Order: sequence, then structure tokens, then C-alpha cells
Amino acid sequence: MGRITPLLWLLFSAGGTVAALLFPVHLVLTGLAFPLGWLEAPSYEFLHRLLTHPMIRLYLFVLISLPLFHWAHRFRYTLYDGLQLKHLTELIAVLCYGVAFLGTAMTAYLLWNIP
Amino acid sequence: MSAEPHYTLYHPRWYRRRVSVWWWLQNRSYTWFVLRELTSVFVAFFAVVYLWQLRALAQGPEAYGLFLLRLKTPLFLALDTVAFLFVLFHAITWFHLTPKAMVFQVRGKRVPDWVIVGSNYAAWLVLSGAVAFTLLRG
Amino acid sequence: MPSTVALTVARYRPERESEPTFQTYEIPFRKDWVVLDALNHVKDELDGSLSFRWSCRMGVCGSCGMKVNGTPKLTCATFLSDYVPAPIRVEPLDYFPVVRDLVVDLTDFMRKLKQVKPWIIRTEEKPPAEGEYLQTPDQLDTYKQFSMCINCMLCYSACPIYGLEPSFIGPAAIALAQRYNMDSRDEGAAERLKILSEHDGIWQCTFVGECTKVCPKHVDPAGAIQQYKLTGATRWVKSLLLPWGTR
Repeated sequence: MGRITPLLWLLFSAGGTVAALLFPVHLVLTGLAFPLGWLEAPSYEFLHRLLTHPMIRLYLFVLISLPLFHWAHRFRYTLYDGLQLKHLTELIAVLCYGVAFLGTAMTAYLLWNIP
Repeated sequence: MSAEPHYTLYHPRWYRRRVSVWWWLQNRSYTWFVLRELTSVFVAFFAVVYLWQLRALAQGPEAYGLFLLRLKTPLFLALDTVAFLFVLFHAITWFHLTPKAMVFQVRGKRVPDWVIVGSNYAAWLVLSGAVAFTLLRG
Repeated sequence: MPSTVALTVARYRPERESEPTFQTYEIPFRKDWVVLDALNHVKDELDGSLSFRWSCRMGVCGSCGMKVNGTPKLTCATFLSDYVPAPIRVEPLDYFPVVRDLVVDLTDFMRKLKQVKPWIIRTEEKPPAEGEYLQTPDQLDTYKQFSMCINCMLCYSACPIYGLEPSFIGPAAIALAQRYNMDSRDEGAAERLKILSEHDGIWQCTFVGECTKVCPKHVDPAGAIQQYKLTGATRWVKSLLLPWGTR
């Protein structure tokens, strides 16, 4: 774990920046404005058309994957320090980064297979 | 006060206090710090919602329709409202902490903090506008 | 304004008690008094057995750091008038073992300070006859802020990570390492990085930021640590790309 700490920190920082810059707008649109009917939700056909663009796929990959690693790193330290779970440090790390890795793999799989 | 302290003259007997499990409630700054760190949970929550949307899009129009319906349930509206507040808190704290972590030099002089914070907010506005523009064209 | 203040002081007398207790003294309130003046009044007039450290009374020596109403402070720069009429409570700095009353043991910090090699390292010393290592005012400015540290330990006492993880090298020592890393005359950055990029170095820090808030000399140790993380990560990426290149 020690050797790759700088990599995990870089992923954390990049993910934090992506989440800070892009999540508020995506969340207010998808989570509030569309369901509450303030704005009309984009149609299935329109989103599918957007997804044909490789840059959009790359964007979505970055948008989902990096913030997951941001969470993994931050949450791992919060659990470890906040609840003083020193003896579980390896388990916590494996679970957190494991979930982020799984989410990344699923995102990649879906983006690769959408026609 | 114990009845019989074991003390040897001139030999220090230190007192060490254990840190309480509730240390982050003992001081307001610590509580804000832990809340800041917990924003990551809501960041992950929304990343998963987006992943879920992606899966619905991959499965077809019915799945996407169901996804839109699910987001209209009170449970998701409540979760999304809380998540939005936390994500906003994350964005603001993140913008204000960047100049502490990254120092830029222009002609041997350190770029003032407010310039970096200001450009964060500017980038935020531009990107939010671009995302909204792209999604609302449909 | 009242004429007296209740000053509550943590007492720990290892020959008498196994845990600290509190003792309250009624002291005169004077507008020009700092907490250290009040403690000296107690020592001179009321209770000669009270132990605490102090020396310069002007924020330079860094020996009078204590917790005042829960916040780490230099007691020589903390005025009674900032708290009065509320009672004032003085405790030893957190996370260090208490030797007696308000006196804590700093051996742990002294050991860590030495580890990070806070001195100018040269791969090759030039002979004294060739003169000094010169530096421009701009070069001085890049590290000057970090050189203001007076080792008062307020930052350690404010850092919950140091409390939870006593092996953490901690804010002041890392800021002082950075002071030498950024010095144009120094060539020891790689040597220090080896120590500071260990788990007990920079990567323990989660940027609580309290160390910077309590620092009486505006050193900004939290900033120093985050900047150092970026340096560490950049070095790491470079060492991946050029496995034989970085030495």
C-alpha cells in the first residue's frame, strides 16, 4: 500500500476537483430539476445520440470513476481516524478502493458496450 | 485521586490522556472538518446514481423511463437534496483549499490566493453552463 | 469590567495524584495582563507550587504554549481581556505527556525534528575561503515564512491526527523540512523526501488545517504539507516514467 500512496492521492485530488466543478450542476439537474418538473428531462433518444460521441463517453468515464476514488481515499481516512479503527486499516483500504475499482470497471464495461 | 500513587522521587511519572472516540465533537472546527470529509459519501452516492443512469441507457428506453420515475420518489428527492447541499459544501471548501495546496509562481512572485480561488469559481460557472447547455438542448 | 477573574488551572502532581485535577484562583483583573502574567501572579502571591514554562514574554522563545479555554495559545500573547468576564481555564498542551501541572514533555518532537534533517545539506561543501553561499531576496522569500517557526508546539496540540497517530511526524517538523527544501543553498531535498514520503510523514495528514489556524507566527504548516504531497506525487510519477533517471 505504501508504494502506491502517491497514486491514490493523485486520484483523490483529481476526483475531488472533478466532483467540485461538475457534480453540483449534474446533481441539481438530474436529481432535482428533472424529477420535480422544473425542466424537461432529456429524452432517451437524445442521450443515446450524445453517447455516440467518443468524447462524451470519455467525459462520463472521468465523471464517474475519479470521484469514486476521491470517496475511497477520503472515506478511508475518515473511518480510520474518526472511529479509531487502527486494527482494521487493511480491510478498510481494500473495501474502499475495491468499491471504487469495481465502479470504474462497471463504467468502462457499460461505456464500451453501449452501441 | 488514587489512594497510593506509585511515585519515585525525581523520576517522572507522566500523565497521558487517551484521545476519545468522540474527539470530532469536542471542538467545532473538528466537527466541520469531519463533515467536510463526509461530503465524499454524497459524492460517491451521486457517482453511483450516474452509473445507474448509464446502465438504464444501455438497457433501453423502458429502463431509462423507470430510472426517471425512481428519481421522482420522495426517498430519492430527499437524498438528492441532502446530497446537493453536501456536494456544494465540498465544492466551496475545495475551491478555497486549492491555493493552500498548490502554489503558482509568476515571475518569481507567488500568485495571490484570491486569484486562484476566483479562477476556480470562474471555471465552475463556465463548466456548469456548458453542461446545462448540452443537456438541455434535447 | 470586573476587578477579579476566576483562573482555573490544571494541576498534576504525580507524587500526590494519578490524574490531573483543577484548581481555581481568584486573581486581579488588569487590562494589560496576559494569561502568563496571571500565572506568574499565582506563582508569586498565591501558590508557589504551580509549575509552568516561560521565558521571553514576547512570542519569540515558544516555551509558554498552553491550552486557554480549549485552544492552544502562547500565554504571553493572550490577553485576559479577550475572555473576561468569562472564567479562564488553562490546561497543558494536548497529546504530549504531562510532566507536572502545565509542563509537558517534548522529547518526541525533538526526536522527529532531528529525523527530517533541518539543516543545509550540500553534496559538496565549498571551502570557507571561497566565501558564503549567496542568496537573492526573492530566493529568501520562497522559504522565509516557514523559517519563522519557534517550536512552540501549538500546531501539534491542535492536530487530531497527531493525537490519534503518535508516530506522525507532525506539522512543525514537516514545515521546517520544507523550509530547508526550498532554500536555494540546500541540496538535501531527495534525502528528506525519503523520510517524509513514508506513511508517518506527509501521507498521514488529512488537511484538518487547525495547525495553521493556531500558529502564532503564520508559518502555515498545513500548506507546507499539502504542497509537499504534490512534490512527493510528482517525484513518484517521474520515477515511474524514468526508473533510472531520478537520483
